[in-house]
Amino acid sequence: MILDELSASRTRRTLSAGTRALRALRLDGPLTGVLALILSIGVLVVYSASGQNVRMVERQIGNIVVAVTALVVLARFSTPQYLRLFAPLAYALGVLLLIVVDVTGHIGKGAQRWLDLGFMRFQPSEIMKLAVPMICAWYMHERPLPPTFKDLVVMAVFIAIPTALVVAQPDLGTALLIAASGLIVMLLAGLPVSIILLSIPVLVLGAWGGWHFVHAYQRERILTFLNPESDRLGAGYHIIQSQIAIGSGGVFGKGYMHGSQSQLDFLPESSTDFIFSVIGEEFGLLGQLLVLGLYAFVIGRSLYLAMQGQDTFARLTGGAIALSFFVYVFVNAGMVSGIVPVVGVPLPLVSYGGTSMVTILAGFGILMSLHSHRKLVGS
Amino acid sequence: MIRRVRIKDHWGERRVFTIRSIVAGVVVAVLLLTVATRLFYLQVVRYAYYSDLSQGNRVRVEPIPPARGLILDRRGVILADNMPAYQLEVERDQVGSLRQLRASLARLARLGLLDPEDLPRIEQTVLSHRPYESVPIKLALTDQEMAVFALHRFEFNGIDVHTRLSRNYPFGPLTAQAIGYVGAIGPRDLAHIDPTLYAGTTLIGKLGIERTYESTLHGKPGFREVLVNAAGRPVTREGPYRPKLKTQRPVAGSDLVLSLDMRVQRVAQEALQGLRGAVVAIDPRTGDVIALASSPSFDPNEFARGLTFKEYRALLDDPSKPMLNRALQGAYPPGSTAKPYYALAALHYGVVTPDEPIFCPGYFHLPGSSHLYHCWKHGGHGEISMRRAIAQSCDVYFYNVANRLGIDRMHHFLSEFGFGKRTGIDIPGELPGLMPSPEWKRHAFKNPADEVWFPGETLIVGIGQGYMLATPLQLAHAVATIAARGRSFVPRLVIGIRPPGARHMIPLPPIPGPTVRGITPAQWEVVYEGMEDATKPGGTAWRIGMNAPYQIAAKTGTAQVFSLRKNERYNEKTINADLRDNALFISFAPADDPKLAVAVMVENATGEGGQVAAPIARKVFDAYLLPPPSAPSPATAAPAAPAARAPTAARGEPRPRQGTTGTR
Repeated sequence: MILDELSASRTRRTLSAGTRALRALRLDGPLTGVLALILSIGVLVVYSASGQNVRMVERQIGNIVVAVTALVVLARFSTPQYLRLFAPLAYALGVLLLIVVDVTGHIGKGAQRWLDLGFMRFQPSEIMKLAVPMICAWYMHERPLPPTFKDLVVMAVFIAIPTALVVAQPDLGTALLIAASGLIVMLLAGLPVSIILLSIPVLVLGAWGGWHFVHAYQRERILTFLNPESDRLGAGYHIIQSQIAIGSGGVFGKGYMHGSQSQLDFLPESSTDFIFSVIGEEFGLLGQLLVLGLYAFVIGRSLYLAMQGQDTFARLTGGAIALSFFVYVFVNAGMVSGIVPVVGVPLPLVSYGGTSMVTILAGFGILMSLHSHRKLVGS
Repeated sequence: MIRRVRIKDHWGERRVFTIRSIVAGVVVAVLLLTVATRLFYLQVVRYAYYSDLSQGNRVRVEPIPPARGLILDRRGVILADNMPAYQLEVERDQVGSLRQLRASLARLARLGLLDPEDLPRIEQTVLSHRPYESVPIKLALTDQEMAVFALHRFEFNGIDVHTRLSRNYPFGPLTAQAIGYVGAIGPRDLAHIDPTLYAGTTLIGKLGIERTYESTLHGKPGFREVLVNAAGRPVTREGPYRPKLKTQRPVAGSDLVLSLDMRVQRVAQEALQGLRGAVVAIDPRTGDVIALASSPSFDPNEFARGLTFKEYRALLDDPSKPMLNRALQGAYPPGSTAKPYYALAALHYGVVTPDEPIFCPGYFHLPGSSHLYHCWKHGGHGEISMRRAIAQSCDVYFYNVANRLGIDRMHHFLSEFGFGKRTGIDIPGELPGLMPSPEWKRHAFKNPADEVWFPGETLIVGIGQGYMLATPLQLAHAVATIAARGRSFVPRLVIGIRPPGARHMIPLPPIPGPTVRGITPAQWEVVYEGMEDATKPGGTAWRIGMNAPYQIAAKTGTAQVFSLRKNERYNEKTINADLRDNALFISFAPADDPKLAVAVMVENATGEGGQVAAPIARKVFDAYLLPPPSAPSPATAAPAAPAARAPTAARGEPRPRQGTTGTR
C-alpha cells in the first residue's frame, strides 16, 4: 500500500485528470479504453441493425450503464479477499436458482431460462459463467499446482452440476460456455498434457453418445450447419442469410445503414446474435477485422493482467475471464460466418441485450479488481 | 513408501500459469486468424457470388399489366374500352388468420357487398394466392357500394378498395355477340397462356373477338422493381437505404377495327328485340360482317364486372339461351332459303331450263309411291317456271328439281356455297351446319336401318328441310356468294389493326374463299330475277319491296321445327310456341350492284319468313344503304378510310394515363 501510494505520488504530476480518475476507480486504462470503444461501436451498429429504432438504442445504453456500474463497483470496492469469500456463495446461490428455474420450467412444460423477479427478468445461468471459474479457482487457491487427480475430479463435479442443470433447461449453448469457463481454469491450472491428449478420443465418443441425448432441434442445427443448403428456407435460412450479408459486404462494406440484408429484414436476429453479420455487410472486411482486432487486444490485455496476478485465485479467475471472453467472440463470429454451428451466443458487448453485457463487464470488473488490489509482497 | 508432501511452489505455479497463458494466447490468435480467413473467403474470394444473392434477395419484380387494346367499329366508334373501376381487394396476411378472413368475408356479405353463396369460392381464390398478394374479391363497385364500404372500412383490416382498369362495352348487349366479353382468368385459360404475359392481369378474353384476338389485344406487361423485405412485402418505410430500382413501362395491346357498322348493328339487334333469332349482314365485296346480331343478348359488362355464381347460373339456365350466339351457334333447317342454290344447281347441271314449265297441283309424289309431298300453297301454283318458282317459293317445283338432280349433285353443289362447312369467321364457336348426303348418313347413325338414304329424303332436302342445317352466318355467307356471282370471301369481323402508338391502322386485306365456277351470267340472271321478283307484288316478300329506293333480291323461308304427320297440316294457333316454324330470310341489295347481303332467322315466329324476318332485313338495308339523317351516305364512302382516321380521335389523350394509373 505504501509503495502503491509512493508510485502514485511519484507520477502524479505527469498524470492527466482522466488517468487519475481511472486510478481512483482502480480501472486498467488500456482495457477500459478499448472496452469503451467496442461498446460505442455496438451502440452504433444496434441503431442500424434495429432499423433505426431509437428506443432500442436507448434501452441498450441503459444496459451499458447498468453493466458499467457493475464493472466499476466490482473494480473499486471488491477485493480479492471478498471475492474469494463470495465465490462459493455465488456458486451455491446460482445452483439453487438453476434448480428453481428447472422445476418451474418443468411445471410450465417448456424451455425455461428466465426467473421473473417482478421488477426484472434474470437468467441464473449467467451467474454461472462467472461462478464456475471462480469456484474452481477458489478450490485450487490453497492447493499446490498442478492439480492432483482428486482435485480434477472435484473441479469436474463443480463444473458438471450447473452444466447439467442448464442442459436440462434446455440451453445447450450456454451450458457449453459454462463448461468451457470451468475447463479453462483446469487447463490454466496445469492440467497434465497426457490428460488433454487422452480427452480427445473421449470427447469424440462423448459427442457420438451425446447425439442421442440432445433435442431434435439441436440435432437439426448441427445437421444444417454441416449442410446449410439442404434447407434454404427452414433451419439453414439463418446461416445462408448471414453468409450472404457478410459476403456481399466485400472489403469496404455497403455503408452504414445501407446493408440490404439487415435493413430489409432478410437477416434474422440482426440486432442480437447476428449483429456481426451486420458489421460485415455495412463495414465490410475492414470493419470486421477492426472489431476482431479490438477483441484480440481485450483478450491479450486481460491475459497480461491475469499473468500479473499475485495468487492462484487471481491468476486463474483472471485467465478464465479473459479466455471465456475469447470463447464468446469465437463462437459468435464463427457461427455467423459458418465455421461453428448456430448456437444462440451473442457477440459480447455489441449485441443488443442486457444480461450477457452485465456478466461480461462484471467479469472485467473482477479482473481489474484482482489486478489493481495487488499487494506488494516479497520481491 | 515415501509419501511426498506437496508444498506450494509459488514461482513454479506462476511459471506454469504463464506458459499456459501464452499457449492459450497462441491458440486464441490461431482461431481468430481462422475466423479472419473465413471472412476473407466470404468477402473477397466469393464476393461476386454473395453480392448477386443479396441483390436477388431484396428486389422483387412486380408486373405492370398492359392496357388492353380498344375495339372500334368501321367508323371509329368505340365498342370496347378500358375504364378505371373500383374493386375490393383483400390481402390475406393483413387480415390475419383463416378464421378472421372468414369472419371478414361474412361481414361483407351481411353488408350486401358479397353474395353469401359465393363466399366459399372467394375464400378458395384468396387462399390460392400468396399471403401478401392483393386479391380482387369484388370487381366493380357501384357508388352506393363504395359508400357502404367507406362507412364500415374501419372494421376490415386488410380489405380495401383499389382502382384498376376494367373492360367497358359502351353498347352492352348490342355488340355482345360479336365482341364477346372478358372475364376473370380461370384455370382453363391458364392452361394455354404464358403466365409471365398475364402477370398482374385479372381479365382475359372469353368469347368472340375478345377471345380470338386475345394475343393482339392483350399487349405486353411491363415491370417495376420493388424493394421488399424478407416477408416479401414492399417496403414503404422511409429509411436511408434507397437503391435504384428499374421500371419498364408496359406495351399496350393493339386496337382492333371491326367490320361492324354500329348503326347497322344497333338496328339489327334492336329489330330482334323480344324475339329469338339472329341477323347477319355481310358486304359481298369483301366478306366484311357489317352486323352480327343474336337475340336475346346479354350484357358483357357484367362479365368484366364479375358475375356472382347465382347471376351466372341464371344466365345459363335462361330457357331463351342468351349465351347462345344464334348467328353462328344456331343450326337451323334453311327451309326455302335453300331454293336459289338448287335453282342454280339445276341450271348448272342442265336438269331444267329457265323457262321450262313444271305443273304444281299442290302436291308431289315419287313414281311408285303413294306418299304425298305437299306444296305450301293449298291448291298449287299450276304451271310454273323457275323465276316464279323462286319468287313464290313453289315446293313442288323444287321437289322436281331435287328429284332430277339427285342427292349427290345437290350435296356437291351446295357445299360449294359453304353449306355444311364452317365459314371460318374470326370468332370462335361456329357450327358447321349440315349438308346431308348418303355418305354422311352411312356414318351418322348406329342403327343399320337408318343408314340407308331414301329417295324421299332427297325431296325434303330439296326444300331445305330434313337433315339439312345451316347457321344464319352460313346463310348470309352463301347469299353474299350469290350476290358476288360466285366469288366468296371468308366472313371477317376484324378489318384492321392499330399497333400501340401508331397513328393509323394497318388494314387487313379481305380473305378470298373458294369461287363457285361454271355458272353463266345468264344463269345468274335467272336466279337474280327470281329473287328480285320475291320482293315485288306477287312475291313472298312483296311487303318489304314497297317504297324501297333500291331493289332487294331475296328469298323467304319458313322451316318446320318438327315433322308433321302424314297429310297433317300445320296450324300455327294449335301448336306450342316453341314448336312453331322458324322464319328465315336471305337477301342482298341493291340487286344491280350488291353492297350488302343479309340473312335473318327468327325462331318459332308467329308468321312466315316474308312477314316476320323480311321487315328486319329491310331495316338493316335502310340503315346501311340510305344516308343517315344529317350524315353522308356510308355506303358510298370508302369503308376503311374513316375507320383509319377515327381511332386516333377516339383514343385521344387519356390512353397512356390509363396504362399507368390502372396498375398498382
